[in-house]
Amino acid sequence: MTTRIDARFAELAKQGRSAFVTFVMAGDPDPATSLDILKALPKAGADIIEIGMPFTDPMADGPSIQAAGLRALKGGMTLRKTLEMVRSFRKDDDATPLVMMGYYNPIYIYGVDKFLADAKTAGVDGLIIVDLPPEEDTELCLPAMKAGLNFIRLATPTTDDKRLPAVLANTSGFVYYVSITGITGAAAADARAVGEAVARIKRHTELPVCVGFGIRTPEAARAIAESANGAVVGTALVDALRGSLDAEGRATAKTVTAVADLAAALAQGVRGAKQAAE
Amino acid sequence: MSPALPNSFRSGPDERGHFGIFGGRFVAETLMPLILDLEKAYAEAKADPAFQKEMDGHLKHYVGRPSPLYFAERLTEHLGGAKIYFKREELNHTGSHKVNNVLGQIMLARRMGKKRIIAETGAGQHGVATATLCARFGLECVVYMGAVDVARQQPNVIRMEMLGAKVIPVQSGARTLKDAMNDALRDWVTNVHNTFYCIGTVAGPHPYPMMVRDFQSIIGIETRQQLQEVEGRLPDSLVACIGGGSNAMGLFHPFLDDPSVEIFGVEAAGHGLTQLHAASIAGGRPGVLHGNRTYLLMDEDGQITEAHSISAGLDYPGIGPEHSWLHETGRVNYLSATDEEALEAFQLLSRLEGIIPALEPAHAIAKVMELAPKRPRDHLMVVNLSGRGDKDVPQVGDILKGRNK
Repeated sequence: MTTRIDARFAELAKQGRSAFVTFVMAGDPDPATSLDILKALPKAGADIIEIGMPFTDPMADGPSIQAAGLRALKGGMTLRKTLEMVRSFRKDDDATPLVMMGYYNPIYIYGVDKFLADAKTAGVDGLIIVDLPPEEDTELCLPAMKAGLNFIRLATPTTDDKRLPAVLANTSGFVYYVSITGITGAAAADARAVGEAVARIKRHTELPVCVGFGIRTPEAARAIAESANGAVVGTALVDALRGSLDAEGRATAKTVTAVADLAAALAQGVRGAKQAAE
Repeated sequence: MSPALPNSFRSGPDERGHFGIFGGRFVAETLMPLILDLEKAYAEAKADPAFQKEMDGHLKHYVGRPSPLYFAERLTEHLGGAKIYFKREELNHTGSHKVNNVLGQIMLARRMGKKRIIAETGAGQHGVATATLCARFGLECVVYMGAVDVARQQPNVIRMEMLGAKVIPVQSGARTLKDAMNDALRDWVTNVHNTFYCIGTVAGPHPYPMMVRDFQSIIGIETRQQLQEVEGRLPDSLVACIGGGSNAMGLFHPFLDDPSVEIFGVEAAGHGLTQLHAASIAGGRPGVLHGNRTYLLMDEDGQITEAHSISAGLDYPGIGPEHSWLHETGRVNYLSATDEEALEAFQLLSRLEGIIPALEPAHAIAKVMELAPKRPRDHLMVVNLSGRGDKDVPQVGDILKGRNK
C-alpha cells in the first residue's frame, strides 16, 4: 500500500529536504473560511496537512487548540462536515497528503467501519488519534491499516527504547515525535534534545520522523528540520487565525492571509534547513 | 438484550482493563508508560502484606474505621417498610468515603517515589481528602476544581487551602468536574516524571477503576460483617448514589455474587431526565472519554454534553466503566433522583435522624423513600451515607431562603 504520504516523503527525499507539516482545526472559525485556509496551505508551502477534528474534551491540547475546537463546534462543525471539507479540497488537489488528527469518541460514535470507508473515499490519507495507544490497536489502528489508511503514532520523551518497538509495530506513513512532555502550544522544544530523540527513533524504524509540539517560529522550524524529516506547526497557525478574527470571533478579510502568510514564513524556515542527516 | 452472564461478577477486569466492552486504556502515549508502571506497582503492593498492614493501621487510627452501621429507626418508622441501615461513611476523617481511596493511592505514590500529587474534584470531598493525606505525609498537592464548583463548594475550597493544597479553578468548558479532570490530565502529561495523579472515582484508564474499587471495597466488606453481627444475615438490598460511582462500587462489589441481594445505584437526574441532568446510564450511551469506554452523555456527533446536578459531586457526564458493565449485565439496577427529590431527602434526613447528609447521598435517600415503603418490615436495606452535608449547608440554605421569601 502506498499512500499520498509515502509518495510525498519519497519526493522530498529526492529533493533532499524535510517536510513542512501544518495543523489547522476543521471548521475554525467557520466551515467556509476553514476550507479556504485549507486550500491556501499547499500554495504557502505546506507539504502535509493535518486537519484537526474538533472535540469538546481535547485532553492533550493547550488553550489555543481547545479554543479553536470550541469555535469550530460553535460554528456547527461535525465529523461528517469535516469529511465533506476533505472531499471539497480533493476536487482541486490530489497530491497533498491529508491527515485527520483528534480524539477517538467522535469516530467511535460515527462508527469505525463507516468512518474508515468514508474517510478513504473522501481522500484522507492518514489518522492520528491521540487517545489510542498501541494497547488499543484493535479499536481503530488495525481496521485503518486494512482500509488503506496510514495510522500515524505519537512517540514521546517517555517512550523509551523498550517501548518503542510496540509503538512502531503498527505505525505507517510517518512517526510523529512529540518533542515535549506536555500539551500542544506549551514549552518550546530544545533542538539538540530533539535531534538525539529523532536519532534514537531512527535506530528502530525506516519510517520518516516528524516532530511537533512547541515549534512556533521559522527559526525553530528550521532547527528541527535539520534533524527530523518534518516539522509540524499547529498552535502558532491557530493563534494567527485567532488574531485575525473580529470581536465576535468571526472571520475577517484578513483571516486566510494571516494563516497563509505565517505558513509561508515557516515553510521558508523548513526549506532553509540543511539536509537531514541520513 | 443482556450479554451472556459471567460465572462471577467479581472477577473483572481482564488483563487489559476491560469489564465486557467497557474500561480500557484510552490515553495519550506520554502517559502510557506511567500507567503500565502504576499497574505493576499496584499489583506488587497488593501482594505485599506490609503494605496492607500499614494501610490497616492508618484506616483504623487516622481515618477512624470501621465506620458504624447504624439502624435508622425514625426513617424506618416514617417510611413504614424496609428496615433501613446507614453505612456511616460520613463519619470518616474528612467527612466522606473519599479518604479510603486516597489513603491507598497516596501510600502507593510514596512507594513509587512520587513527591507531587494532583487530583480533580467536584464537590471538593476528594480534593479535601487528597489535601489531608498530602499534609499528613508531607507531599505537594495541586487540586483542579471547576470554577463553578469553587463557587458553590466554598467551605471545601477553604479547607483544602488550609491544608496546604493549591486549588486551581478550571475555566474551560462547563467549569465543573469533567473540565477539572481534563486539566488534571493536562497537568499529568506535562509533569509525568514526578507527578502521581490521584483519581477520585472508579473511572479513568486501567488500573484506576479496579484500584479505586479495591480501596473502596472496605465499605462493603465491613457492612457484610457488621450486618452479620446485628442481624445474622445478608442485606436484602443496597442503595448508593452514583457520580463516577466509587462509594457505590465500594459497597456493592463484595455483594455482587450474592444473588439474593438487590442492588440499586442512583444517578443524578438534575432538572429531570428530559432536561439537563447527569444520569449517564439513563440518558447516555457507550463512548470513550477520560481514558475509558463507558456510558456518557453526548450529542449525535460524539461531542460530550454538559451535565447538570445540584450536587457538584454527581455533576459529571460519565460513570465508572464497571457500573456500565453491571448495568448491561443487569446485576445492578440504576435509578435516578432529581435535584428536587434530593433536596427533600436532605431536609427529611436532617430532621428525622439528626444527620445532615451531603447532597450526593441525599440522592440515594430520595430513592430509599420510594423503595422502602414497598418492601416488608423484615427486608434489610443498607444505604451508603457517603458524605456529610457541612459543605452543602450554605448552598442549600440559600436555595431554601430563596423559596421562603
